[in-house]
Amino acid sequence: MRYAMVIDTLKCVGCSDCVVACQTENSVPVGYCRDWVTESVSGTYPTLELELKSERCNHCDNAPCVRCCPTGASHIVKGGIVLVIGDECIGCGACIESCPYDARYQHPDGYVDKCTFCHHRLEKGQLPACVSVCPTKCMYFGDLDDPNSEVSKLLKRRKHKTLAPEAGTKPNVYYLI
Amino acid sequence: MQQEEIFISGRNIPHIDPTLEIWHWPISLYLFLGGLGAGLLFFAAIITVLGKEEDYPTTVKYATIIPPIALSLGLLALVYDLTHPLYTWQLYTTIRLESPMSWGAWVLLVTTPLSFLWVFSYYSELFPKWKLKFNFLNNFEKLLKKNRKNMAYALIPLSIILGIYTGILLSAFNARPLWNNAILGPLFLTSGLSTGAATILLLAKTTKERHLFSKIDLLLIIIELGLIIHMIMSMAAGSEVQLEAMQLLIGGEFTLMFFGFVVILGLIVPAILEFTEIIGYKVPVAVPAILILIGGLVLRFVMVEAGQITRYLY
Repeated sequence: MRYAMVIDTLKCVGCSDCVVACQTENSVPVGYCRDWVTESVSGTYPTLELELKSERCNHCDNAPCVRCCPTGASHIVKGGIVLVIGDECIGCGACIESCPYDARYQHPDGYVDKCTFCHHRLEKGQLPACVSVCPTKCMYFGDLDDPNSEVSKLLKRRKHKTLAPEAGTKPNVYYLI
Repeated sequence: MQQEEIFISGRNIPHIDPTLEIWHWPISLYLFLGGLGAGLLFFAAIITVLGKEEDYPTTVKYATIIPPIALSLGLLALVYDLTHPLYTWQLYTTIRLESPMSWGAWVLLVTTPLSFLWVFSYYSELFPKWKLKFNFLNNFEKLLKKNRKNMAYALIPLSIILGIYTGILLSAFNARPLWNNAILGPLFLTSGLSTGAATILLLAKTTKERHLFSKIDLLLIIIELGLIIHMIMSMAAGSEVQLEAMQLLIGGEFTLMFFGFVVILGLIVPAILEFTEIIGYKVPVAVPAILILIGGLVLRFVMVEAGQITRYLY
């Protein structure tokens, strides 16, 4: 099993519903966020291009945060999800320094926190909070090892990219372009 | 015509945006103190192994009061910068070879007590006025004295690992392009040895010892300059993120600190002063020694702060 998230940048309107859903579902402290929306306008007038992306931890196959964690608090569970055990985390910040996506932050309580792909919801057979609330249904979640899953089919059919692939982390959040 | 891009991110997390501020001054200070301690221990151990203790008393005796203090302060600084410090003991529940911080923590756990034992083995010579009250302490000192050479054999690899570790701690993060180069380990080791030699130079009482460490320090400075050139060259030939990282040092906000305080005042000027001293002119050795120590400290601050500005995305 290899969980992945596929986000259709052509359907995203940048409403930030995913951000609010995550903050509510995971009781993220005020002023922090586990996912966020970026907006980039590129090109030369009048042929401008707008791209909206909902970003979060990429749950990398080659996760530098797990490699550099001195206590093993950062670890990979079944399905390739990268999780942090708060009670094993010393708050050294090594994982934050090692993440090319800056997806981690220091929780006001001291330990390091980040997106969990809503691991607690997956265990109950539910989708991650951000995916479940998206009003334009631009986010898809599933198993890449299953060739018949929605995410596998989408990636086979559509042109896609990942963020900073040159960092060598093999991210598992894909953007359809 | 060049492509324009406007970028807006909805993320604004404390200490992450707009630039990373996760590691603060205690980390820089610790990297400096760790390197200094490693340098001093290395020289003390090597002189002891060579059996030249009589000729170089400052190196093996007086200067070794510094490493236990430096390493303890460095450890305190490290713990001070943790945000979940009550869980520090979790470091010692596992050994993770992939994580430099993990084996660095273990090396420190061995080296710091060893540096205390080393000083204690010279207790009666260092503090002749304060006699040890308990007999078992006297016996312990005698035991340590007998095993000084064994301690030296252990300290040589440990101090080298400790010195390299201060650099590898940073270079292991490929997400920070300025840190992510293999030269940082040897560079910080050389700088640590150089600050160690400078401290001995500052404390040495005989001309013989001063001259030896002037020569050693001069050699280390030349190696360090070579490594800095090497680091800049490898980044200049690197990918875009590395070019941007290099720009911070050679034409950005850290240029004055890096070239002014580290390269010129911290390396080139003391090298010239030490050279003139070696060929026979009278130079107060405190001047180059203090310049090197300041340069070493500034190097750590520049690398830690500038490194956190460099990143892959926005």
